[in-house]
Amino acid sequence: MTDATTAIEKPASQMRAIWQQFRTHKGALFGLIVLGTLILAVVLGPFLWVPEKMSVAKAIMLKNQGPSWRFPLGTDQLGRDMLARMLDAGKVSLAVGFVAMMIAIFVGTTIGILAGYFKRLDGPLMRLTDMFLALPLIPLLLVMVMLFRDRIAGLVGPEMGAFLLIVFAIGVTSWMQAARIVRGEVLALKEREYVLAARSIGAIPRRIILRHILPNVVSPVMVAATLGVAEAIITESVLSFLGLGFPPDFPTWGRLLYDGLSYMQIYPERVIWPGVAISLTVLSVNYIGDGLRDALDPRIRGR
Amino acid sequence: MLTFTLRRLLLAIPTLLLISLVIFFLVDLAPGSPASEIPLTVPAEVRMKILEAMGVNEPVYVRYGLWLKQFFYVEPLTGIDAIFGSNYAEGMQRIISYQTRSPVFDIIVQRLPQTLIVIGTAYLVGILIAVPIGIYSAYRQYSIFDQLGTLLAMIGFSVPTFFSGTLLIILFAVGLGWFPTKYDTTLTVTDWDTFWQQVRQMTLPVMTLGLANAASISRYMRSSMLENMGQDYVRTARAKGMSERTVVLKHVLRNSMIPVVTVIALGIPSIFGGAIITENMFGVSGIGSALIGAIHANDLPMVQTLAFIFAILIVLFNLIADVLYGLLDPRIRYD
Amino acid sequence: MKLKTALLGAACAFAFAPAAFAERGSDGTVNVLYAQAPSTLNPYLSSGTKDVENASIILEGMAGFDEKGVVFPRLAESVPTVENGGISADLTSITWKLKPGLLWSDGTPVTSADAKFTYEYCTAPDGGCAQASRYEGITSIDTPDDQTVVINFDGPKPNPYQAFVGGTSPILQKAQFANCMGAAASTCTEQNFNPIGTGPFRVVEFKTNDTVTLEANPNYRDPAKPAFAKMVVKGGGDAESAARAVMQTGEFDYAWNTQINPELQAQMETGGKGKFVNGFGTLVERIEMNMTDPSPDLAEGERSTTKHPHPILSDINVRTALSKAIDRQILVDIGYGNAGRPTCNLVPAPELFASDNTGCIPHDMEGAKKLLDDAGWVPGADGVREKDGKKLHILYQTSTNPVRQDFQALIKDWWTELGVDVELRNIDASVFFGGDAGSPDTFQKFYADVEMYANNFDGTDPEPYLASYLCNKIPGPDNQWQGENINRFCDPAYDALVAEMGKTSDMAKRSELAKKMNDMLTKDSMVIVPLVDRGRLSAASNALGGVNLNTWDTEMWNVQDWFRVK
Repeated sequence: MTDATTAIEKPASQMRAIWQQFRTHKGALFGLIVLGTLILAVVLGPFLWVPEKMSVAKAIMLKNQGPSWRFPLGTDQLGRDMLARMLDAGKVSLAVGFVAMMIAIFVGTTIGILAGYFKRLDGPLMRLTDMFLALPLIPLLLVMVMLFRDRIAGLVGPEMGAFLLIVFAIGVTSWMQAARIVRGEVLALKEREYVLAARSIGAIPRRIILRHILPNVVSPVMVAATLGVAEAIITESVLSFLGLGFPPDFPTWGRLLYDGLSYMQIYPERVIWPGVAISLTVLSVNYIGDGLRDALDPRIRGR
Repeated sequence: MLTFTLRRLLLAIPTLLLISLVIFFLVDLAPGSPASEIPLTVPAEVRMKILEAMGVNEPVYVRYGLWLKQFFYVEPLTGIDAIFGSNYAEGMQRIISYQTRSPVFDIIVQRLPQTLIVIGTAYLVGILIAVPIGIYSAYRQYSIFDQLGTLLAMIGFSVPTFFSGTLLIILFAVGLGWFPTKYDTTLTVTDWDTFWQQVRQMTLPVMTLGLANAASISRYMRSSMLENMGQDYVRTARAKGMSERTVVLKHVLRNSMIPVVTVIALGIPSIFGGAIITENMFGVSGIGSALIGAIHANDLPMVQTLAFIFAILIVLFNLIADVLYGLLDPRIRYD
Repeated sequence: MKLKTALLGAACAFAFAPAAFAERGSDGTVNVLYAQAPSTLNPYLSSGTKDVENASIILEGMAGFDEKGVVFPRLAESVPTVENGGISADLTSITWKLKPGLLWSDGTPVTSADAKFTYEYCTAPDGGCAQASRYEGITSIDTPDDQTVVINFDGPKPNPYQAFVGGTSPILQKAQFANCMGAAASTCTEQNFNPIGTGPFRVVEFKTNDTVTLEANPNYRDPAKPAFAKMVVKGGGDAESAARAVMQTGEFDYAWNTQINPELQAQMETGGKGKFVNGFGTLVERIEMNMTDPSPDLAEGERSTTKHPHPILSDINVRTALSKAIDRQILVDIGYGNAGRPTCNLVPAPELFASDNTGCIPHDMEGAKKLLDDAGWVPGADGVREKDGKKLHILYQTSTNPVRQDFQALIKDWWTELGVDVELRNIDASVFFGGDAGSPDTFQKFYADVEMYANNFDGTDPEPYLASYLCNKIPGPDNQWQGENINRFCDPAYDALVAEMGKTSDMAKRSELAKKMNDMLTKDSMVIVPLVDRGRLSAASNALGGVNLNTWDTEMWNVQDWFRVK
């Protein structure tokens, strides 16, 4: 171990060290590139790929086409260009997926740590978690639409309103698993020697939590986050069936997947595109998570 | 631990009462009414009369009080009657579903077997696949096996069951003709033939759900194992000359179980809850399809009762998970 | 001579009873799939189509409607008419005579008391009878003897084939349901799930919302029928998987209401295991125009009420242009294929009542544009037409359903081309059709400019259907939004026609009135813009014979004639 310190150049900062370790992780790099490409594509794509304007009657003649130069991903049952729709859809799905996941993970981790670390909060917070787990999802969502849709739309406009409502709805209904998992880990971690040591030298809880507990729950949180993105993208499509989501002519990956379902036997590419896009997103988030965990772990970092 | 368990059980009662109140009012507040099931051809006056006969128009607190009494008093008595042949509950009004006009608990009893058999098997299959894969993936991190496992797991949970189920139907039922697509709930297993038939009709739903479950559990297993593989005690154990098998399967595995136990415990109530999409797709008329049917039809008593039963199970299994934490890691203490 | 009569007799037997070859119960089991599972087998407790259809296998009325909508006798000896004296000349009573020797499936005789009881059962207070409208206007039922039922009405009844006719009002067994009157109805689970009937099959086991297992009724009046010994009706799933189970995997013989997209229909038919059967009834997918202002700026309780006329849709030119801009044939091709056809009528059938109005079918975008130009709606800077500072902005809502969302997208395209700014909204069907006065999203509240849904009428008489567009049936806060006049159409001349039809019994005159009213609502005022006449589409296996799709009664109307093709 003593040799190692001389062999490795002392990095300038901790962030830099983490980045250096992260860079050596092939999967993580792959994930970063794929995700970056997807994000670039959905942000810039609509400017680069403008589908030709045509009348309904003309578009209908071109329905359900396979991939071609004119329509790189083919057309759907109404003759709309799938590439353009995939790009539009990606913007919404990625935004919803990440924002909702972050809300869920943030709420879940906070509640989990508080409940696990402070015995006094454990009871009330976990009973709250039980309650949220028990609430039937669909009525809950329907109540949310009824109470908030028009109000939020009045404040920030219908599209932004729909977005806020969706991420809020998904976030609020999917933090419980993360909370339970984090709490379970924290219960075990807080009895570990180093936490006891920190406590015995009089470290305040906030410091113990941030420096000693949080870094050690990263790994299950990363898994929860990866799963959370996939779940949020799919849940969004369920919400639009309830009328809670975006207007029906607003494509999202989840909805394209569902719409393509009844055409799966005849035109399998209709489900392949959104399916691949969602899988790629989730896969790259997973690899980035893997890389981040390794990079954040000082035991691995020195190796 | 015993006092902890007892105290938690006692505490669960007010918690559940509160949850029941929230569920009841939430479901009641939700927009929609059982009238959506009545065709538009039925005139408004008749419509009003139907709803009135269902008891929809009673104030919500009256219905809540009645429901509490029925759930905690009438239904248990009815259960006793059914078992012992007594007649304590005779003439008492049970919880009646709006949709079928029959007691909610009769429907639950009728549907529970399908759900337990099919969804339970799927869950068991999921765990049995996921745990070994998770362990081995972590043990041989970044090996071909691990990479393949990761890829499959990611695809497994990024495609929703409505998609994988349809795909399986097209492949195995339409294409190959191996399995039926609709589950026959009237089938009773009496001999090998019917047993085989039962296995065949369970295969597709079990596959659909098992894959989805395996995907997420294996990820938690793997990450937790990885976390522990680097710990000092593992190095110590190896240094002592223990076999790899003992190190991994005894020391690391035991210490890695906490998140996995949490996830599994969270999942078990959902076995009773059924899998809404899968049950509906394959015609496994279990609790899940009853719940979604009731929600669509705004069958409030059914939704409220089912949701409350899930609440009981959730509270119970989270308690079990807490007890298990203590057994897995003796350092965790609640008192 | 003897030989000759014997031969003659044999020939007669062959000629008149070809089905006599078949024997009751000789064809094994028939498997039927309902994408929506039946909740109960008592159609008086639930008027859902799935429940009525399944109950009609077991329970029967005096008469039914055949596939052409003509009344034919079931339990009755013949259909009473004014000519045969069954209906009194002043149309205030109708007399049904039961066939002699009829037995319930438990072996007891069917009598007129059962029919009288059924009427009392459905009209009992607190019972919440789902078919109460079938018994409306009846003052009393007399049973002069065991075979005769006389129904007396409170006035002349031009269409007396309501009570005991069709799957929605079958006769219950008095002995079985005697203790289930009124509020006790829902405590009778055993009776509601296992009704004793006169139909071709009887219940063996009923798992609610799941499976009905039936067997041939040993006391069915035709000793040779039904050909199947057992019938299993499985419920649940969706239209697509139901169609697949008949057309591709061959697990089932018949699947009800398999409404799937036309391309998938074509692809499934190539499987060769079955065929789609379709028939047209009165179901019309339409766009309803809101004649009142749904603006969220208005106070709650004034939105979409007659207090405020609609700022843009009150102009008939706008409504007409919106209709002209739609190409109905494309909608049919995309959404329904063989199971739909373009229509301009609210009442597309029966033939007697259907108007010859086809003016809306040619797609006329230029005409629509010109109409708006002439009316002063001219395109603004952003391409959206405006007049007097009011923009042509339309909120277009419907229930969640893949075909409806496709329709929304197409119609939005056409309307955008016309210069209308369209905002789409879809709402979960259980909320949209739920009629919950607390929800802003019900189709009755109509907090949108236009909305799309389908509706039809029960039986063959459009009178009650057309009467729903009376001024006093407008939904509003004072009637808890329960009216049926969804688009808030109000015209005293129309109300007068409804009143006239209520007093008219001459069929030709009724037909003329119905057509006139249909035209007033559609082509004359454009408050209702019919799009597609939607047929019923079901899937039948090639191994199943005798299927004859009926849109006027239940699809199970002739299940006694079904047989196995060998």
